[in-house]
Amino acid sequence: MPADPAVTPELVAKHGLMPEEFERIKKILGRDPNFTELGIFSVMWSEHCSYKNSRRELKKFPTSGPNILVKAGEENAGVVDIGDGWAVAFKIESHNHPSAIEPFQGAATGVGGIIRDIFTMGARPEFLLNSLRFGPITEFRRPDTGNGKEKDLSAIPNPKSEIQNNRRLFTGVVSGIAHYGNCIGIPTIGGEIYFDESFEGNPLINVFCLGVLRHEQLARGAASGVGNPVFYVGAETGRDGLAGAAFASRELTEESREDRPAVQVGDPFKEKLLLEACLELLATDAVAGIQDMGAAGLTCSTCETASRGGTGVEIDLAKVPKREPGMTPYEILLSESQERMLIIAKRGRENIVREVFEKWDVPCAEIGRVTDDGMMRVRNNGTLVAEIPAKPLADEAPLYSREARKPTADFADDTDGSWNQKISAPSAVESLRMLLRDPSIASKNWVYRQYDHMVRTGTVVLPGSDAAVFRVREANKILAATTDCNSLYCRLGPREGGRIAVAEAARNLTCSGATPLAVTDNLNFGNPYKPENFWQLREAVEGVAETCRAFGTPVVGGNVSLYNESPASVVDPTPTVAMVGLIDDEAHITTQFFKAEGDAIILVGEIGDEMGASHFLKVCHGRKEGLPPRLDVERELAVQNSVRELIRAGLVKSAHDCSEGGLAVALAESCFNPDGRFGAEIEIASTLEDYAILFNESQSRIVISCAADDAEKVMTILRSKNIPHSLLGSVAIKTLCIKTAAAELSWPIDDLYDDWFHAIRRAVETDSEPVPSL
Amino acid sequence: MKFAVIQFPGSNCDQDCLAALNGIPGLRAEYVWHKETLVDGFDAIVLPGGFSYGDYLRCGAIARFSPIMKSVVNAARSGTLVIGVCNGFQILCEIGLLPGALVRNRSLHFVCDMVTTRVEVGDSLFTHGCGQGRLLRMPVAHGEGCFFADEVTLRQLNERRQVILRYATADGRITPEANPNGSIENIAGICNREGNVFGLMPHPDRACEARLGSADGAKIFQSMMETIEAGRARAA
Repeated sequence: MPADPAVTPELVAKHGLMPEEFERIKKILGRDPNFTELGIFSVMWSEHCSYKNSRRELKKFPTSGPNILVKAGEENAGVVDIGDGWAVAFKIESHNHPSAIEPFQGAATGVGGIIRDIFTMGARPEFLLNSLRFGPITEFRRPDTGNGKEKDLSAIPNPKSEIQNNRRLFTGVVSGIAHYGNCIGIPTIGGEIYFDESFEGNPLINVFCLGVLRHEQLARGAASGVGNPVFYVGAETGRDGLAGAAFASRELTEESREDRPAVQVGDPFKEKLLLEACLELLATDAVAGIQDMGAAGLTCSTCETASRGGTGVEIDLAKVPKREPGMTPYEILLSESQERMLIIAKRGRENIVREVFEKWDVPCAEIGRVTDDGMMRVRNNGTLVAEIPAKPLADEAPLYSREARKPTADFADDTDGSWNQKISAPSAVESLRMLLRDPSIASKNWVYRQYDHMVRTGTVVLPGSDAAVFRVREANKILAATTDCNSLYCRLGPREGGRIAVAEAARNLTCSGATPLAVTDNLNFGNPYKPENFWQLREAVEGVAETCRAFGTPVVGGNVSLYNESPASVVDPTPTVAMVGLIDDEAHITTQFFKAEGDAIILVGEIGDEMGASHFLKVCHGRKEGLPPRLDVERELAVQNSVRELIRAGLVKSAHDCSEGGLAVALAESCFNPDGRFGAEIEIASTLEDYAILFNESQSRIVISCAADDAEKVMTILRSKNIPHSLLGSVAIKTLCIKTAAAELSWPIDDLYDDWFHAIRRAVETDSEPVPSL
Repeated sequence: MKFAVIQFPGSNCDQDCLAALNGIPGLRAEYVWHKETLVDGFDAIVLPGGFSYGDYLRCGAIARFSPIMKSVVNAARSGTLVIGVCNGFQILCEIGLLPGALVRNRSLHFVCDMVTTRVEVGDSLFTHGCGQGRLLRMPVAHGEGCFFADEVTLRQLNERRQVILRYATADGRITPEANPNGSIENIAGICNREGNVFGLMPHPDRACEARLGSADGAKIFQSMMETIEAGRARAA
């Protein structure tokens, strides 16, 4: 075994530690760290593990509430009571950097990691969602980033090679998610996918998992009980994913490919066995604490369990099951090999642990014990290789408040209608078709058909409606879940974007008939050392926080991913909000699709007029500009509460929120009932221009349909609550027809459907040969 | 009446199968772990879907060597009803209880969707409660569900009325568009020559409740129950 290198200032810098951080390490240890200890500190104090640049911002989130059983930051995932002795554990996590380098394994191990976070809590994982962002997969109009009014707006196609690469990343990530989720047998039932040039070279892969448990099943990640044995269970440790947490805390550069060994390889079959074995073991009385080995692997799990338990942990690396010989302590401790867990067993019950893991043919080894001196002590065949006080290592990373500065570029250039003057401007009729063909708005069926979205037989509403709705068999509870964030809003107004992300998530749940419960969020931003990026982070966090307060939906956990930059650009800021809600009664389950010809269509909310940051400007005019729409939280709450009340009264046959693409897109999507398409006859009396009526993205709007006989009753209720609303027309067949003061626009519904349904397949399969038929 | 649900490492529809079967009045289902060597005292055996042993080799190629399979083969040879769903179908083909093979979907993609199948044999031990030509809606979810058999085998399957289900359009036509995976002649499910071993790619276990989109799958399990009842009556 080669001798460890000497700890020099260069080596410290290479580990991503600042000189002042190194001083702090020396103070904690009372001496210089050795090479192994330096590695341990570097991963534990990386942004990924310590949140050192974001923790002060995260403190702004509301985290408590009457239903909250485990708060954010206490354990691997937050836990929320759902009644009758049942609870849900859920969390979202990113795997952006690994997926940029190796999309298939990067995404697959992202899924594996979040699933472990959930069953670590003693919960059975029930379903997955994912929130994905990629560079464009179709030729697009490169948006002007300045005010750009003088520039020619004709399409400037981006290089074919970039589109090809974006498609490779997109299809690779989808295959990776499918590979892992399908094999382990946890359905992927919803989420969101956006395409924008800011994500070129740095895609965002945020994966959400939810599990269900009885209150008394709740497992803790604390090393409690001095003298208790520490078990290592799961896959053998290899050299893969060395120091991945540190890798994730850097910008992506041209050289990042050389970091490929920092990407781990996933084995969903091993994880399935580990999952079943752990849940079987947790049902016995043999476990004192359990913690998954995710980022920073064995290092993180030992020092965190010791820190939580107020104890110490001593392990011997010689006893760790290994995939290859000759691994150094540094490598074993920093490996991020997948599908591993640390279990603190109760003394005297070691045999129960061994029997369960033998039944499932999962490696299991006793590697150490809990001590009373607060130290993380690591030996290798008896020789001491690291000795660090656990609590300072796990919890006392330095915290920073970075400099925040509003960007000088004037994104807030108000849209003055100049886009409308261009002769080349597409017509309103063509604009709707362009929007429906845009991969961000188009149907995601090409994606979710590759995910097993029906296993566990709980998917009551199939993917494609506002929110995923899942019936949990063992608890007999109906849950709704969604992920939302409009990155374009966040780019042009991060605070408003953050507020709208929460409001839209809640709106999606409301449309499905659910009451929002709680939130997990994934903050995806650029390098925090750049003041503009940090300003965006702070603004967005404050926007999310205040709106979560208004909705009474605490943040129970999540993830921060910074340094999302490629050589070309920084990503549009993306504070992904995943929200979970509860549906009290099966009869309240509502989808976005029109149900019968002749039903009345009512818009709850105003017609609106805000065009800034709209997808219409981006997709049809190549302009990412203007201020995002303003959110009036009081109005939003009133609209959602009244729609939920109407649903509970049995008056609503469909409900769909207006988001990207505005009212026209919402109406078209409502027509696309998978069981049989409808059309609609709409008449809107407004003095606004057609474009503004059809495509504005003003907030707090929901399109509902109801039986024609109930329309008056519905509107009476809305009037009594002072909710603005309008009777738009009725459900028809074959044609979407919208009559305004200026024009009568109509679209054959089958044409719109064809644009919308096949857009992504056409984009990704254009270059490949069609599959020959037999 | 008691059905066994065999649990292989990597089975992931075992819990769904158990819940679906236990939801049918008069039926009780129990797990049998793959390391067991005897599957005795059961009226029928279910091989559930999933990714047995990860299916990193060929689907079902390792599961066929599980200790329990010897007993499953013996039970099948002695006339016990055996149904293999999805990965279970693949295992039955691998071990030779059913002819043909299941290969990669022609699209090369995993496919999860609700499909329509047409009952081609209305008096089989698994479908006599459905009726000839009856359409059954059930979900599929597989990457390797494209059924293939050589010409001779295919002719025999047709002549001996072993093709039980074919993928069909919503109005019952057998067309290429209705075929989710490229299976030869739209074959979705077949039985052995004796008729007591049935393999199918669609999931009846996921189609036992109207609120999940279809309850048609229950008809297959109910047909099995009636077959077993009739056998008992004959024996008595």
